[in-house]
Amino acid sequence: MTTLLDPREPRLAPEPESPREHQPKPKAGMVLAVTDTVVPALLVEHVTKRFVVGRRKKPVLAVNDVSLRIERGEVYGVLGANGGGKSTLIRLVSTLLTLDSGRVEVFGFDIERDEMAVKRLINRVSVDAAFFKKLSPLENLVYAARLYGVDAGHGRRDSIRILARLGIAEKRLSRPLEQMSRGMQQKVAIARALMTSPTLLLLDEPTTGLDPRSKLDVQTFIEEMRDDHDTTVLLTTHDLAEAERLCDRIGILNDGRLVTEGTPTELKAQVAREHGRPRTLESVFMSYTGRSLDEDAEADEDADDE
Amino acid sequence: MTVMTRELKASYAFVARNWHLTKRYWGWEAAFLVYAVAGALSITLIGKDQGDDRLLFYLMIGAIFWNYLSVLFQILAEQIAWERWEGTLEYTMMAPVRRVSQLLGSTFYAVVYGLVHTAVILVTLALFFGLDLSRADFATAGLFMLLGSLSFIGIGMMAAILPLIYVERGAQMTFVLQSLLLLISGVYYSIEVLPDWMQTLSRLSPATYVLDGVRRGLIDGAAPASQFHNVWPLVAMAVVLIPLGVWMFGRAERYAKRTGKLKRVG
Repeated sequence: MTTLLDPREPRLAPEPESPREHQPKPKAGMVLAVTDTVVPALLVEHVTKRFVVGRRKKPVLAVNDVSLRIERGEVYGVLGANGGGKSTLIRLVSTLLTLDSGRVEVFGFDIERDEMAVKRLINRVSVDAAFFKKLSPLENLVYAARLYGVDAGHGRRDSIRILARLGIAEKRLSRPLEQMSRGMQQKVAIARALMTSPTLLLLDEPTTGLDPRSKLDVQTFIEEMRDDHDTTVLLTTHDLAEAERLCDRIGILNDGRLVTEGTPTELKAQVAREHGRPRTLESVFMSYTGRSLDEDAEADEDADDE
Repeated sequence: MTVMTRELKASYAFVARNWHLTKRYWGWEAAFLVYAVAGALSITLIGKDQGDDRLLFYLMIGAIFWNYLSVLFQILAEQIAWERWEGTLEYTMMAPVRRVSQLLGSTFYAVVYGLVHTAVILVTLALFFGLDLSRADFATAGLFMLLGSLSFIGIGMMAAILPLIYVERGAQMTFVLQSLLLLISGVYYSIEVLPDWMQTLSRLSPATYVLDGVRRGLIDGAAPASQFHNVWPLVAMAVVLIPLGVWMFGRAERYAKRTGKLKRVG
């Protein structure tokens, strides 16, 4: 099978700078067993996050007492309406937001206490490909590689290999990123995240805005990452077919609360049983978010207008 | 890989990134340099017009060294505003890099960039006016540039906080801060002409001591040993402002993470 990334780093959680008292320092094989069998890839326990939006307005409860557990190698999808708390949840795990209450652990490392250790294990792709647009893809990616302690040469080689796999030829990698299409920029964003070999990959609507072929390329690549590289994925998406194809389990986030979770098959059976609706993910979405996909799109447009 | 190697590599990432950006924006860089040279020439010509060589030197030093300090300040203060504009701020903040390493890389590039700018302007002005620099004590000028850089690094770090916590108006605030430093630091005139309350403020600006020290060194040939009154405030400011800047940056980052202000706006 084709190897897309160099297995430079063992797929172990590295030693935290301040190891937790109850967790032994990771040591070779013993820890492999510990990480494989006991420690979840991501543990979210009773997490709440509020935002103050104005002095006279009530704080917005973006994430409300959410708990979930993702096992190593799993692809976990989070579905929900716009404003439902999906991106906030991703940002919390990314260490870009602080928790109001609750606890988040990545491979046993607390995101607040062991922030640096967590940062080395994760990477994220968001809906908008954020780069220095005047720089070339390679310049952007080598910059990102250095930030993650990856050699520039390794970073360059991995970037070229990953982007070739995603359908972007090497000759296009030296021109400014602003000259690339939105879809190609998003593929570069995906390469940036994968190049650092994250053990937990946070994908926040990674295929939004991509054409069908590009979307398929990215989805296939995510599957390969999981199968070949033991990567755990937390994915948010509005594409229900994508969720069904990629996700081992799905959680529905509505108004900041995790209202249900299960495998796609379990959720479809549940919605048929409890709500008498067709056994589709769209039925699941509508039943648990209280709105249709069309309503969600309208809400999105309204939000854009504001 | 040791922690030190990793952090140095991360620091270098910011140097290399800024160098690539400078190359990509070469047209703007050339325009800024031409503007800086023309500005320094215009101001220095006032001294020529007055037929006063000392005034000519005085203005030239003000123009050149203010340019250096303001370039340093701008690069450091605008690094967050810049990333927010590009949309990369969240990616930089979630990377496993200590803020000290980030600030070290940005600072190193800012110093080198500022020195190149200053050298170009200095050579241009020296050739244009056929200046006799035989009495000048360049060691003194170098020392004050070094000490001034250190204290301005601290101020730059603190200014960088503004775009972090004020999403929309932070960049404008850094501009206002820079303007106030220009006003009170005796860049083109002696601080004695300022009202008393502004003279008090001018003593809080490192640029005041840098410019006075460089002028005494280049115009009068005064050695560093005779300028202790200008050296110690700069040393004290560097010792206080750099750790304070790093600490305040950390606090501001924490605040931005609590309030969700790292997210791109605009």
